[in-house]
Parts: sequence; C-alpha cells; structure tokens
Amino acid sequence: MLYRETGQFKTTYAADQQIFPIRQDRIAIGLLLAVAFLGVPLVADQYWLSAILIPFLIFALATLGLNILTGYAGQLSLGSAAFMAVGAFGAYNFILRLDMPIIPAFLLGGLCAATVGILFGLPSLRIKGFYLAVATLAAQFFVVWGLTKFGWFSNYSSSGVITAQDMEIFGFPIDSPVSKYLLTLTIVSLLALMAKNMVRSNTGRSWMAVRDMDVAAEVIGIPLMKTKLLAFAVSSFYCGVAGALAAYCYLGTVEPDYFTLDLSFKILFMVIVGGVGSILGSFFGAAFIILLPIFLNIVLHPLFGLFGIDISTAIVSNMELMIFGGLIIFFLAVEPHGLARLWQIGKEKLRIWPFPH
Amino acid sequence: MKFKKTLFALAATSALFAGMPAAQADDQFVSLLSYRVGPYGNNGISVFGGWIDYMKLVNAKGGVNGVKLTWEECETEYNNARGVECYERLKGKSPTKGTMIHPVSTGISYSILDKTLADKVPLVMIGYGRTDAVDGRYFPYAFPLVTTYQMQASAMLKFISQRLGGKETADLKGKKIAFVYHDSAFGKEPLEVLRAESALNKFEVVEIPVAHPGIEQTAQWQQVRQAKPDFVIFWGWGAMNSAGLQAAQKVGFPREKMVGVWWSGAEEDTVPAGPGAKGYMAANFGVVGKDIPLIKDIVDTVYKAKQGDMKDESKIGSVLYSRGVLHGLITVEAIRTAQAKFGKRVMTGEEIQWGLEHLKIDQKRLKELGAEGMMPDTKVTCADHEGSGKVMFQQWDGTKWNKITDYLEGNRTLVRQLLDASAKKYAEEKKIQPRDCAAVDAGTETGAANKKTAKK
Repeated sequence: MLYRETGQFKTTYAADQQIFPIRQDRIAIGLLLAVAFLGVPLVADQYWLSAILIPFLIFALATLGLNILTGYAGQLSLGSAAFMAVGAFGAYNFILRLDMPIIPAFLLGGLCAATVGILFGLPSLRIKGFYLAVATLAAQFFVVWGLTKFGWFSNYSSSGVITAQDMEIFGFPIDSPVSKYLLTLTIVSLLALMAKNMVRSNTGRSWMAVRDMDVAAEVIGIPLMKTKLLAFAVSSFYCGVAGALAAYCYLGTVEPDYFTLDLSFKILFMVIVGGVGSILGSFFGAAFIILLPIFLNIVLHPLFGLFGIDISTAIVSNMELMIFGGLIIFFLAVEPHGLARLWQIGKEKLRIWPFPH
Repeated sequence: MKFKKTLFALAATSALFAGMPAAQADDQFVSLLSYRVGPYGNNGISVFGGWIDYMKLVNAKGGVNGVKLTWEECETEYNNARGVECYERLKGKSPTKGTMIHPVSTGISYSILDKTLADKVPLVMIGYGRTDAVDGRYFPYAFPLVTTYQMQASAMLKFISQRLGGKETADLKGKKIAFVYHDSAFGKEPLEVLRAESALNKFEVVEIPVAHPGIEQTAQWQQVRQAKPDFVIFWGWGAMNSAGLQAAQKVGFPREKMVGVWWSGAEEDTVPAGPGAKGYMAANFGVVGKDIPLIKDIVDTVYKAKQGDMKDESKIGSVLYSRGVLHGLITVEAIRTAQAKFGKRVMTGEEIQWGLEHLKIDQKRLKELGAEGMMPDTKVTCADHEGSGKVMFQQWDGTKWNKITDYLEGNRTLVRQLLDASAKKYAEEKKIQPRDCAAVDAGTETGAANKKTAKK
C-alpha cells in the first residue's frame, strides 16, 4: 500500500543507479538518520548510549569490515579482532607521540591496521577457504602477542594496558556519552556509505568476481593479487577504525587481551547471522549478537516473576545462552543467507501486498 | 511500514525497560556484576555466593545502622563488553549508582575504570585490577584494596627465601626461581617487580609463559625440569591451575616447592588435581574454613532460614567463598565509615569514596565481626589506596587449606617506586595533576577530583 514504487520513473542513469532507487526507502533512511542524529541524543539515557548504541555501532563497523573481506571478496578471515587491536593501539600511539587530533589519529590507526592486514593477507594469494582462515589465525595470535611483548606499543605499561587520552574536535570536548555517540555515529555512517559505494563500483565488482570464481576473474583480466590485497586492506582499515572507536568512545581503557580470538569469532558470527555480502546485514548481525543476549537477560527475570517463579540468576544466565544458541540455529535454518535476506524477502512481499502471486 | 514496525518494537522494548522495578530509595543498593556461567563461572558462584550471604546476614541483623542493603545481579560471563553493559544498567537503578563496584575481573575493571571516575562511583579491586591505582592522588575513585600483585610477588620471594632456609629476600642470592605465568595482563603484572628484585638481590628468574587457557602445560613443565629451579612461582587462573598441578606431578617437580598466586589457591584448583596437589602452597588474604565465627554465624542465621545463596553448601568456608564474604564485609564497613561522617542514611558514591578513603579495619574490629584473621589490618588513606600490602601463605594438605605463615610484607619501597612511576605516566597521558592528599586528609579540601594540567 504505502510501499509501492508505481509511478516512480527514472529518467536519468544517475537516478537509476542511486543507492535507494525507491522513494519510500529514501524517506525511511532519511528518517532513520534524523532519528539517530537528532532524536536519539535527545531521548536516550546514558545506559542506552554507552552500553547499547555505541558498542552496537562499533561492532557494526567491524562487521562491515569483515563483510567486505568475507562477504564480497570471499576471503575467510579470523583476524578481525587483531586488526581492531592494531587500530586501537595505533591511534593511541599517534595521539601520545605526535599529539595529533583524534580524527586523523583514528584514520592513521586504521591505515596501520590496513598495512598489517595486507601483510597477513599475503597467504590468500596461495591458499583459500578454511586454510586461509587458519592462516589469518596467525594474525590474531601474533598481534596480541606482539602488543604485550613489546612495551613500546603500550608506552611501557607493565601489563600492556592503554588508557585513552581525552578527546576534542576543534576545541569541542568529546567526553559525554552523547558526544561520543555522535562521533561514533558520524564515522560509522560515513564509512558505511563509502562501503556501499565501493561495493557498487568497479572495485566491488572485481571483489565479487574473485569471490565467485577466481580463475574466471583472472581470465577476464582482474588482477588477483591487487584485488585480494585491496580487500584485505579495506577490510582491516574498517576493523582498525572500529578498534580505535572501541578504545576511545566505548571502553576508555583497554588491554590487548580484549581483542581475543573470541571477539574475532563473534564478528564472524555477526557476518554470518546478518547476511554474508550485505552492508545492511552487518548492522542486523551486530544488533542480533550484541543486543539479543542483553535483551534476553533483562526480559527473562521479570518474565518468570510474572508467573510467580523465583528463579536463580545462574539458571537465567544458562537459559539465556541456550535460547540465544537456539535462535541462531533457528535463523540460520530458516534463512541461511542471514537476516538481510529475510529483510529483503519482507520488502519484496510488501511491494506486491495485498496480492501475492 | 517496516520502519514503523521497528519503531514499535523499539517502543515496546523501552516500555519493558521502564517497567522494570527500581530499587527502593531508602535502601542501599549494591550492583553485583556477577558471573555464574562461562569459563570462570565455578569461581564466580563461590565468590558472589559468599558476598550475597554476608549481605543477607547484615540485613538479618538490622542492616547497616538501620539501612537495609538491596542488590541486583547482572551476569557478565567474565566478558568485558557484558561487564560494561551490566555496570551501566545497574547504575541507573538507584541514586547510589551501585554503592561501589567490585568487578572480580581485571578485564572488566579496566573497561569501567574511566566510567566509574566520571560517574563518581568507587571501583574496588580486591587483589586484582589496575595496581598503580594504589596511588590515590591520581586515581580518586579506584581502590586496589588489601594488596596488589606486585606486593604479593615481593612477599612471595620473602616466603620462598624462608622456605629455603633464609630469612630475608636477600638470602635468595644465587638461587634460581621459575615464574610460570598466565600470558596476559594478569600474569605479566608482577614481571617488573620480579626482575627488579632479582637484580637487587642477585638471584635468577626464569620466565615461562603459558598461553591462555593453559590446559596443556607439559612443554612448560619440561622447561621447568630442565631449568632445575629452587622454587616455582605459579601464576594462573581458572582451568590453568589444576592443569599445572597435574603437569608438575607428571614431570616429578615437588609441589612443596611450588607457590601460587591467590587466584591459584582455592579448592576449585586443588581438588580437580587430585592427590597431585598435596603439599602445594599459595598466597591468601587470611584464614579460611568453616570454624570461623563469622562463617558459622552465616550458616546459623542465613542457611538455617533457607536463605543461603550457595546451592552446594559444602563450598561454604572455602577460599573463594571466604573471599566473597570479605567483599561483602569491606563493602559494609566502607558504608559504615561513610555513615559515621555523613549520617545514618543511604550513602552516595561520593560519600562512599570518602568512606573508603578513611576505611580502617584492624583485627579488633574483625574480632567484633567474628572474622579475626580473615584479612590483614587495612588502613586506607588518600595517598595509599591499598591499605595493607600483606599476605599470608597456606598449604593444601589433600583435603583443606592450612595457614602456614603469619602475614608477610614484601619490599614496599621497591614496589611503590615502580607503581608510582606507572601512575605518573598515566597522569601525564591523561594530563591531570595529583590531588593534594595533605589537604584531603586535613579535610580542607574535600574534592575527590583531579585538576587538569594546563594546556601546552
């Protein structure tokens, strides 16, 4: 009814190729951004901002990074957390040693991660699939080991912990949850827009060609080495910026052990649950993996209270894990292409509603 | 359309949040960032069980000067991100903002350090966490109470020296000590002090890291056997502990020459290792067991009324359970100290900060509480957020832990030098100035906040 594109004619190539060709989508995304930038800071309290929305955005960005690599370029990686760590420690050192403004420091942190990403992406030229995943595991262990082993990275803190310096942009201090949220949101939106455009461009198309069949891609003239390494670089850059944001806007004090293999797996699950090869899916995946356990945790207790059952915290925690696991299996069984695919199906259905065929 | 749905879902969720019961305003609300599932769940059950039981006991006896304690648990799974979420969630539940936070996890302590400072809620890390926070001039709201890893490592050396027939740490000259540690921030914390001590007292330290989770340690213990050390310092946590004890048995290294950090010295570590653990020693805060009057009191008052938190009652009086009781005890004593100054009512985070900074628990007070010997005399000041620095040592006899030494103190001057340097570096990075502790102690300056260093 509302969601109908009848009468929307495209008269130029530009109109036909835009990110959201349907007017309703454009309005919806505009509204969403307006709510995120203007509405949320007005209504959300500290808990929502610093415990839910900021981590959600940061992990959505990291997921986006891995999705570029795994979803679009078809290279499996288990090193996302390591690249986040490089970004975080990189940004910290740029600010500490060069007294740099934060935005360039974040970007340079991301570039450091990109360099490390290229280095650990080199094996991808020879190996594929699960074997590559194992090779990227090396990044995971090496980076965390290196950051603890060499004191220089953490300014010789005895335990390898870094503390984020105070932030300001053009003299405006970034210290409240609202300002941190807005900073994160701005960076994530811009990078997401960039990613969306990248995957629609020549670069993204060569990634997808390599993903679908690398021999064929090579035959039609796509340089494999350049394409694969570019995917590693871009992906690690995104993860690196996410890591810097995690250190500066979310936690404040981080140890290298925060960026463990567990975190890498979590990001990979976000990609799989959200939708492999989908920008929107990255946000869905992050929301699912981060928000659902919290939601379950909050809801279960009152829910049992409603039926007059007083239940111990331990049982609730175990139930939360079981329900969470069950839901992952359920969603993957119902739609192996992830939540993004479900969303797409929903949209298709809406377009022809109420006359399905 | 879809957007509407999302909005609706959001509205429904927030309604749920809003509908949650808030804590009573006239009760002292305590946030518990607990973990009862996950890799360290077993340890968490005992620690948080002991803590909750103590608070139940206090409530059963009329509360803290008439103020009842209430609390809510939030499961962190020992996961930093969940810890932050729990902290933020519980913070909003009452005006006390959670009274004081004991994360019982070094990772979570680091993750909420800045947040607690901004929110003016004391962060208390009993025997873990950010150790350079002992310098209260730079860390007004962080309290690594009782002792730090560094002081403990230093005390361990003294203990080893005594076991090897010497008296002071200096008698270790020419000896060889192997340091088998969990390769993480937790395990690396004492490295600096061990190196400094070995340079000072001319003994050798062989560093042998064990990668997380440390379930397989044969290689490391082969290394120990080759190095033929006079003693082993064992610095593990969770599953690594029992695995290490079994590996030591396998290569034939005597457990009587092994001393563990206090996170490696609980029933949870020795019982799974079986008879191989007999003779093993570890540091601790104080005596444990079911015969302590306070523990008996908890059993008589709380468990008789079927109100106890422990499902497995055999763990009452265990090392970690006792540590949990101490968490409760220190929380309550800090509230009491604050009440003595600000009045017998619910205390805010800032008032508790004052209470912690003037906390004084000696054996006399512990005796009144029925907990004599459970922890060393502790006196916290603005400049000293540790309060004690002493540890005692205990030995596993195959069925229970027995106290084998009195409280020992390591090389305080040396440790403080290292920690001070670390705290200063923190201040430089954060561009903050130290508080004037003389003025705070005199009461002329109450502000528990650091001034910013002037911009360059």
